[in-house]
Amino acid sequence: MTAILKSYALRLLPQIIALAAILLMVSFVFPGFFRLEIQNGRLYGSLIDILNRGAPVVLLAIGMTVVIATKGIDLSVGAVMAICGAVAASSITSGHSLAMTLVITLGTGILCGLWNGVLVAILDIQPIIATLVLMVAGRGIAQLVTEGAILTFNDPGLIFLGSGSFAWLPLPVIIWLVFGILVALIVRKTALGMLIEAIGINRQASTLSGVLTPVLLIAAYMLSGLCAAIAGIIAAADIKGADANNAGLWLELDAILAVVIGGTSLLGGRFSIAASVLGAIIIQSINTGILLSGFPPEFNLIIKAAIIVFILVLQSPPVRNAFTFVALLRASRKPTERQAR
Amino acid sequence: MKFAKALASATILAACTFGSASAADLVVGFSQIGSESGWRAAETTLTKQQAQERGIDLKFADAQQKQENQIKALRSFIAQGVNAILLAPVVATGWDEVLQEAKDAEIPVILLDRTVDASDDLYMTAVTSDLVHEGNVAGKWLADTVAGKPCNIVELQGTTGSSPAIDRKKGFEQALSGHDNLKIVRSQTGDFTRTKGKEVMESFLKAEDGGKNICALYAHNDDMAVGAIQAIKEAGLKPGTDILVVSIDAVPDIFQAMAAGEANATVELTPNMAGPAFDALAAFQKDGTKPPKWIQTESKLYTQADDPTKIYEAKKGLGY
Repeated sequence: MTAILKSYALRLLPQIIALAAILLMVSFVFPGFFRLEIQNGRLYGSLIDILNRGAPVVLLAIGMTVVIATKGIDLSVGAVMAICGAVAASSITSGHSLAMTLVITLGTGILCGLWNGVLVAILDIQPIIATLVLMVAGRGIAQLVTEGAILTFNDPGLIFLGSGSFAWLPLPVIIWLVFGILVALIVRKTALGMLIEAIGINRQASTLSGVLTPVLLIAAYMLSGLCAAIAGIIAAADIKGADANNAGLWLELDAILAVVIGGTSLLGGRFSIAASVLGAIIIQSINTGILLSGFPPEFNLIIKAAIIVFILVLQSPPVRNAFTFVALLRASRKPTERQAR
Repeated sequence: MKFAKALASATILAACTFGSASAADLVVGFSQIGSESGWRAAETTLTKQQAQERGIDLKFADAQQKQENQIKALRSFIAQGVNAILLAPVVATGWDEVLQEAKDAEIPVILLDRTVDASDDLYMTAVTSDLVHEGNVAGKWLADTVAGKPCNIVELQGTTGSSPAIDRKKGFEQALSGHDNLKIVRSQTGDFTRTKGKEVMESFLKAEDGGKNICALYAHNDDMAVGAIQAIKEAGLKPGTDILVVSIDAVPDIFQAMAAGEANATVELTPNMAGPAFDALAAFQKDGTKPPKWIQTESKLYTQADDPTKIYEAKKGLGY
């Protein structure tokens, strides 16, 4: 058991160090950063904001990790978020119950994933092109649903999903925690994760050795669609309205970045959902940190880019090898020093 | 082409013979950008309404965000021999040729809401709002309302580098200069969206002692203000009383917030650009009065005293 935990910790070590460094850095420019208090029956503070605001990207990153592990990519998730937010808002305003709305919305997300999956797995179109179709068309579809305006709603149940709280935590945090653990358990406690990695490493070889490649590929994109649907519901519920123009805009890129910061290769194969979630939280920590720091907005993107480049350089193979080399050098030197004493 | 022209002139002839003989009897072509925002949809609705009220026959063309569609629409208006053309240009450049064609055909062109990079003798006038003035009106309201008391302001800017963000910031700061009691303590971009408005306001509240240090919020558009109002409420404060909220645009949802006492004031970016345009056109048709090259629309200030519920009901139907 401890061996397993140790291997997990070792896998997540670079991400944890990066996150800790960023949090520390933010606390220098903004002293009250770590302060937490209970207000209106929920925890209140910047750390909670990071977990809460990060919810959409965390959810997208969970689905994106599985897709990327199959050597694919899903560019459509931001647009699917907009579609699902619009569908949820129009369904609840046209009088459907909350349960019905959720079923319709999650179904829409899965359907979008099915479309991507069929293009990739059956028609063999390259994932970046296949999902680009829905990325471009999706926002148009969302605008058709909302008829171009921000569609607002007042259903307390739906709003609760975005800004309610449970067990002192904002509900979006609970949702991504539960969903993330669920997906991680499903792929890791069964052979599913290994089969997905096999497809990512060599699709033809996996098919020849009896893996149901098309089914698994489609399932991966459907999972990504489902994640986008949940993220879309949260984003719409948060502002009590569906904004087809802006919901999830460019978030597909943040999700891909989260997966990359999490150390999963874009070439497919080995993946870690926990690391991607940490990656998403790292991105949100940078965003929130910049907002708290009080720098003029012209600097936002430059600061973000600089920090991300730094993290990625630390993770790059040459730098890693250099670190290992230094560590080995020390390890080999220590015994001789002791002997000298 | 010849056939098309013949057909066009035949249509006009028919229109002249069978058309109603009302005094104005103007045919005006309107090339609209598209419907990318609620404001744009409202502008389209109001232009049609204004035309109907004045008995103007409005020919409407939606360009779906493409300049080539607008140029095509303008050429077809010219071929139809309309009396005037309203143009809401999607981009600023590339209009010289088609505007020259309109000028050669002696059809006056009026620009709505945006201007073009072309010699100003190619169009009759431009009807636009003054973005700097809008910020100025918001700032003046705040200065008058706090009346000398010290007040820390947080500002939600529009998309960094966009002209509304730059100009609305400039105008607001102009209004604040000379009032040493008013200070902008934090200013960040909220990208004109509700989501970002809410997120950025959350961080402002954390950074300024849970919001106790903030006296007023100035948002470059209403959507960001609506998002920020939710953040203020979730932080356990009362928007509108604990923190004054002033923003720009006057979209319907901000009037709902004003009716609930959660927003204090908004400056209207009127979607009725066609009204002043038609007025200028009528004067020109009557005795050839040339309007000035720039007609500035009114930046009207609305507060809670202006019966926000009624305005909300009136604005709701405009397609915002």
